[in-house]
Amino acid sequence: MFIEPFANNEFLRLSLVAGILVAFTCAIAGTFVVLRGLAFIGDALAHGVLPGIATAMLLGVSGVIGAAVGSLVMMAGVSVVSRRFRLSGDTAIGLLFVGMLALGVMITSRSRTFVGDLSRILFGELLGVNSGDLVLQFVALVIVAVVAFIARRPFLLLCVDEGLAKTSGFSSRLFQNLMLMIVAITVIASFQTVGTLLVLGMLIAPAATGALFARRISTVMLIASLVGSISTYVGLLISYHFDLAAGASIVLTTVLIFAAAATYTEIKKAIADNSHEEHEHPHSHAGSHVR
Amino acid sequence: MISTAEFTIKTERLAVGYSKFPIVSDISLSMQPGELLVLIGTNGSGKSTILKTLAGLLQPVNGDLEILGAATGSLPKRVAYLPQHPVSTHTLPLRVRDVVAMGRFAHLGLFKKPTTHDNQIVESSMRLTGIESQANDPIRDLSGGQQQRTHLAQVLTRQAEVLLLDEPTAGLDINGRKLVADLIASERARGVTVVMATHELQDAESANTVMLLAQRVVSIGKPEVALRDEYLRECFGFTQPH
Repeated sequence: MFIEPFANNEFLRLSLVAGILVAFTCAIAGTFVVLRGLAFIGDALAHGVLPGIATAMLLGVSGVIGAAVGSLVMMAGVSVVSRRFRLSGDTAIGLLFVGMLALGVMITSRSRTFVGDLSRILFGELLGVNSGDLVLQFVALVIVAVVAFIARRPFLLLCVDEGLAKTSGFSSRLFQNLMLMIVAITVIASFQTVGTLLVLGMLIAPAATGALFARRISTVMLIASLVGSISTYVGLLISYHFDLAAGASIVLTTVLIFAAAATYTEIKKAIADNSHEEHEHPHSHAGSHVR
Repeated sequence: MISTAEFTIKTERLAVGYSKFPIVSDISLSMQPGELLVLIGTNGSGKSTILKTLAGLLQPVNGDLEILGAATGSLPKRVAYLPQHPVSTHTLPLRVRDVVAMGRFAHLGLFKKPTTHDNQIVESSMRLTGIESQANDPIRDLSGGQQQRTHLAQVLTRQAEVLLLDEPTAGLDINGRKLVADLIASERARGVTVVMATHELQDAESANTVMLLAQRVVSIGKPEVALRDEYLRECFGFTQPH
């Protein structure tokens, strides 16, 4: 029940490896998305790639190339709109986000298989990955890991205080762009497995779970990788046994793990607060007994 | 360009502000190693804007400014800046020790590994600010005063020649205030130039120079000159009791 589906089906084994590669890549990039508060721009990037992928599909070119072009346009657009028009980053991102999403849907609607194509882009096709996809995801993982390792100090400073990064001699613009770049690479490499809509779940939920327990960035990444990998395994099993969408099953599992972890930490905190209060005011309880 | 061979900080007709809009103009001063400049004024008077400009976070609107003979922001190992910190609500419960150690990043850059010497500096900075017993606690669980001590320790780990401190005594009790005064005195004794923004007039007692601000330089000079009653009245609308 737990091993057999993977032992008997090559496509499931490939999906598991692809999902775990995505989980590790998302754990690294997602840690910075969560700690730097980039969830909205992460979401926008994930949707901003839609017109690129749709155009690539219509032209018969690789969706990855289209996604890369889409994310570049999105990042450049956000930068130009927020600087030129003195709008807040959120407004600029929101404008570009809906604009690109609408454009993507319009382009996709030109396709004869409109619903199928749109669904494939938004929710991925994890059970259809091939060895070429795995190579691409592995390369993406290596690039993201190397950049995150080299830039670990400025990235940490950016997560804490942008001014501190600057006064420590690191260009905040350069490293902010590098951070966005690894988020974009993650989105591009993951859209085939979990899709552009669900990749945000893989970016945020495992890293947010890690941030509940860890006190160091490397530990957040480690926990996020474990949560993402376990979710991939559990999600694929659910998908196989109950005939449900694989990408959605995986992402829902990560969100449920986060919910369980958050509930656990809240209960633990409440118990600790309670015992601390009892330790501080033992007499008040005695008084209530007398009454 | 001005020459700053013997000066740690030198400004001539400096105007500071945001974008092209000056908040305080015509600031001319020069400081030598071991000197203390105290910036006093109400909220919005321009204290923090001056410090951010000295730290290289804002470009001067006009005039000349050099720190240690170079442009601002170009000597991160030799200049340290303590901003006003809101109470920490970091998503990541960073430990006090790790926050303090970030002060060494300017020396370590991207690739250098921290040495025993770096670790010793981190430990001694935590000891000096009285935060060593909380070294392994998450900073967001500490009181505002303890967080301020942590950020002070971070600034000290830079081992800089110029310290730019924006309200370093904010949130500190009487012991904390004395600790900051002692720290500034010992840093000055080893030749460090200190610029400090504050609301407290008593923080100016040991300063070489005081600058009274109200979106312009109301007065500048030795404490007994810059804090005369007429200037205080102009700046705050009242004078200090004699």
